[in-house]
Order: sequence, then structure tokens, then C-alpha cells
Amino acid sequence: MKTDTLLIRTPEGVVFSQQLAGPATRFLAWGIDLGCIGVVMIILNLITLLFVLLSPGLGEAFDILGYFVISIGYGIACEWLWRGQTVGKRVLHIRVVDAEGLRLQFNQIVTRNLLRAVDALPGMYFLGGLVCWFNGKCQRLGDIAANTVVIRQPRLTEPDIDQLLPAKYNSLRLYPHLAARLRQRVSPGEAAAALQSLLRRDEFEAIPRVELFSELARHFRAKVDFPAEALDGITDEQYIRNIVDVVYRARK
Amino acid sequence: MIIDLQRFLSQERPCWAELENLLNRLEADPDQKMSLEQVRHFHLLYERTSSALAKITTFSSEPETRRYLESLVARAYGEIHETRARGHRLSLSNWFFHQLPQTFRRHLRAFWLSLAITVLGCAFGGLAIALDPGSKPVLMPFPHLLQDPAKRVADEENASTDKYAGIKTTFSADLMTHNIKVAIFALASGMTFGLGTICLLFYNGVMLGAVAVDYIRAGQATFLFGWLLPHGVIEIPAIIIAGQGGLVLAGALIGWGRRVPLAVRMREVSRDLVTLIFGFGLMLMWAGFIEAFLSQYHEPVIPYAFKITFGLVELALLILYLAKSGSTQKLGVETPPA
Repeated sequence: MKTDTLLIRTPEGVVFSQQLAGPATRFLAWGIDLGCIGVVMIILNLITLLFVLLSPGLGEAFDILGYFVISIGYGIACEWLWRGQTVGKRVLHIRVVDAEGLRLQFNQIVTRNLLRAVDALPGMYFLGGLVCWFNGKCQRLGDIAANTVVIRQPRLTEPDIDQLLPAKYNSLRLYPHLAARLRQRVSPGEAAAALQSLLRRDEFEAIPRVELFSELARHFRAKVDFPAEALDGITDEQYIRNIVDVVYRARK
Repeated sequence: MIIDLQRFLSQERPCWAELENLLNRLEADPDQKMSLEQVRHFHLLYERTSSALAKITTFSSEPETRRYLESLVARAYGEIHETRARGHRLSLSNWFFHQLPQTFRRHLRAFWLSLAITVLGCAFGGLAIALDPGSKPVLMPFPHLLQDPAKRVADEENASTDKYAGIKTTFSADLMTHNIKVAIFALASGMTFGLGTICLLFYNGVMLGAVAVDYIRAGQATFLFGWLLPHGVIEIPAIIIAGQGGLVLAGALIGWGRRVPLAVRMREVSRDLVTLIFGFGLMLMWAGFIEAFLSQYHEPVIPYAFKITFGLVELALLILYLAKSGSTQKLGVETPPA
């Protein structure tokens, strides 16, 4: 089954996840890398000019060998030196890793890069893209042979809760045991949905906004039953603010 | 489970930081050796961080901490559970005299199969050109091979100028890169369940057989051997070894009745494939050099006897090397991870 997350269970029973990069992101990264190879080739051509002054034959041979080495060695060298990343992959925050979470080895890097010859068939990585599209771990043929996957490594930034939630009185905090239970029962997805609805509240029309926060409030009220006095006189939107405050500012 | 998150984080953070530092050091210097005590401490840190990850997973308020811990556990897991031989510092002489020939011999059946497909192609190409000389343009799509062999030999032997003067280096580089690309493609085509590799080996054989029969039928066998042997005895085996790699890859992909997962099968052959790739790459560099600087010069510049002897000596050394080199030292067998 195709999924966008690779779950690895360690023998200790701990599960960690890796978000898989899709074909489109990988194709873009390849485009950037192609540009980088082009730049390196321009530099190589300039160096070749120096060789041509010494011997035209030597200069041309240097150019041919240089192009060959760069076009084949670029991916191998970058992924080896940067632990699974090329310039394109760095820009798009993706990385090659071992499919079983083990250390990425030189053999794997060489294999996946040389098998591009088949993945690129009949042109523009059609075969590789097709295999990647249908493969459960989003692997192209080179990845299958090398037992590698490409994962996303997004730069995580914590939302600026302080700006969103100015230090106002939060009636829910008067009940720390219930607040703790709320933190325990709210899933990361639910917390993110509540936070996003607050962050994007100004993008909604008035009525859908009221309806959205009403539905969210109903959902979160079912999680933990706070006493009526904690909820007196606060709107659904304010209730969601208080919920997000409790969930995200747990350390305060 | 309700825990005091703030206390928990402040207590555990130093342990995570220590693990992160240790991992950074290990990744920067993979050859670093740890004492038993250090290994135990490393394992303790890993287990404690894993346990923290299991606890923090239930907290929606800590997505960043969870991600950070996942990344730490993933890195430490890779270091602790890796059972493949660590990539020790490359010793070129050990690789050349031991690892490459041993790897070649470990997959000898695939080599014989690759050779058989090429020979089959040769037989087909030779038979086709013998029975239907008009098929030459189809079987040998190279302009310089299409002319009458006797005329070509006369032209080459009577040439008053060196047609490769000033371009030998370029020609050599061209040959090397082209042949290495073809060989890589032959190996990589193993991922088409071997079909691509088989087609390429067969087609290569067809061309070779057709050229050989064409020259022999024209009474130019001496020229043929003098022209092909110096570089061909290295170039053709290199392509066959690339085919060997392709068939090994196809074998791992198909699995032939083995009840082990695909990932394990691929892991088993991965190192050998890379060794074969660098092996045929080296051979094709040599062949490209010889083809540009020796093979293209014929009598009276270089006597055929010398060229043929040179080729036969190369072939004998290659066979000796692949059959015997490194036979006294056994490589550590790579064990797949549990």
C-alpha cells in the first residue's frame, strides 16, 4: 500500500517515522542538480581553455572526461559527503536514507546513482517516475536496488503562540488536572487543526467562521468536560484559543 | 499517562544533547573506536532517548521535540543496529588484488551465463553475415565497418599519414567514456529482470561475430586479430563482466525461490555490484587507452605479430588475475542484518 510515511520499529519497540518525498519534489531537486551540473560544466570549460593552450587534444580529452566524471560523480560525491543530500535535495529539504533506518553506505549511494541509467528511460526519468509513483515507499529502480528511500526533512518552526495568544486570563488553567488530561487526549492532528483555524481565522467569511469554531468547540468539549463556570461567557472562538493555549503552552 | 512535561523535558534534555554530540562525532569520524564502557554508555543514551520518544509521542504540544527525538533515535538506531562491515579505509592494492577477483569468482555462474549469451550473439551475427552479406548495414551500424575489409586493410597499411595524430587523447577519452556508459547500462539493465542486460549482451555479440566473420571471409584474419586483440581482450571481458553484474542484480531482484525479502537480497549483492562496476570501469579505461594508442596502428608501423602477441599476453594475464589473484586470502562474508 502506498503511504507518505515510512515507519520503522526498533527492536526496543519504539516506532519512529520518516516522511517520504514524492516524485514531484524529487523531480524538482533533480532539476536543480541539473542546473548545478551545468554550472560546474561551465567552470570546467573555462579550465579546459587553459589546457587547450598547452595541447588542443589534451584539452578536449580533459573536457570529455570531465563531463563524464561530473555527470556521473556529482550525485555520488554530494550524497556521500553530505550524508544523502545533493544541492537540489538540500534546497528542497529532502535526503536519501537507508530504507531500514540503518547507516547509508557508499555502495548504496553508488548503486542508486548509477542505476539512473535505467530510471531515466526512455527520457526525463519516465520509468523511474512511474515506478516511484506506484511503489509503496516511493522508490525508483535505483532506490529499490540500493534499498534506499528519499525522505522529507522539513524545517520545523514552532508557531508564534505568544503573538497569537496574548497573555490573557485563561479560565481553563484554573483546573490543572483537566488541562493535563486535555493535553493527553488531544492528538497532534487535532491540535494542529485548532491552531491552524486560529492562524487563518481572518481568511473566513463571518458565518463560516462562526460555524467552524462552533464545530471545533463541540469537538474539544467532548474530549474533557470542564466545569460550567470555566466556560461561562466565552465564545467558541475564545474557547478554542484557550484550548490551544493549554495544549501548546504546556511548559509555562 | 500524565507526566509533568516541563520537569520531564528539563531532566531529559542533557541526555539528548549528549547523544547528539556523540552521534555528530561518530558521523564525522566513522573509524572512531569506542571502548566497551563508551559503547555501553552510548547504548544507554539511545535507550533513554527511545523511551523519551515513546513518552512524548502522546503529547500533541511537543511536535518539534518529537521530531527531534525521532531524528536522534533514527541516527542512533542506524549506528547501533548496523551489522554490515564498516567501510574501512580504502586500500587500492587490497581491492585490486583481492576484493575484485574474489567478487568476480563469487558470481562465476553469472559470468558464464553472460559469456554464453555473448557467444550466442556472436554465432548469430557470424551466421547472419555468412548467409546474408547484405545484412551488414543492419548488423554493423558503424560507417567504418561497412566498407570492404580488403579495401580497408589496404588503405590502413598504405596510409602515409597518421590519421590519429593530435587526436589520440581525445579519441581515447571518447572510447573510455562511451564504453563505460554502455557497461553501466548493461549492469543497470539488470533491473528489467535481466531482459535489458541479455539484449545488450546478445546485440554486442552479434556485432562482434558479424565483424569477425566479415574479415575472416575476406581473408583478413591477421589484420582482424592484430586490430582487435590488443584492446578487445580487455574490452570484451569488461562488457561481459558488466553483464555478469546485470545478471547478479536480476537474480537478486527475481529471488529464484529464495524466501528472503527483496531488500535483504539486494543488500547481499550491493557491495559486489559496486566492486564489479569499478572493476570493469578500470578495464575499460585501459582498453580505451590501448585502442587509441596501439590498436589503430597496423603494419608496417607496428607488426601484427607484436600486436597479436601483446593481446594474447594481456588475455593470459587477465585470466590468471581473475582466476587466481587473492585466492589465498578470504574476504569476510558480509552478513545481512537480522
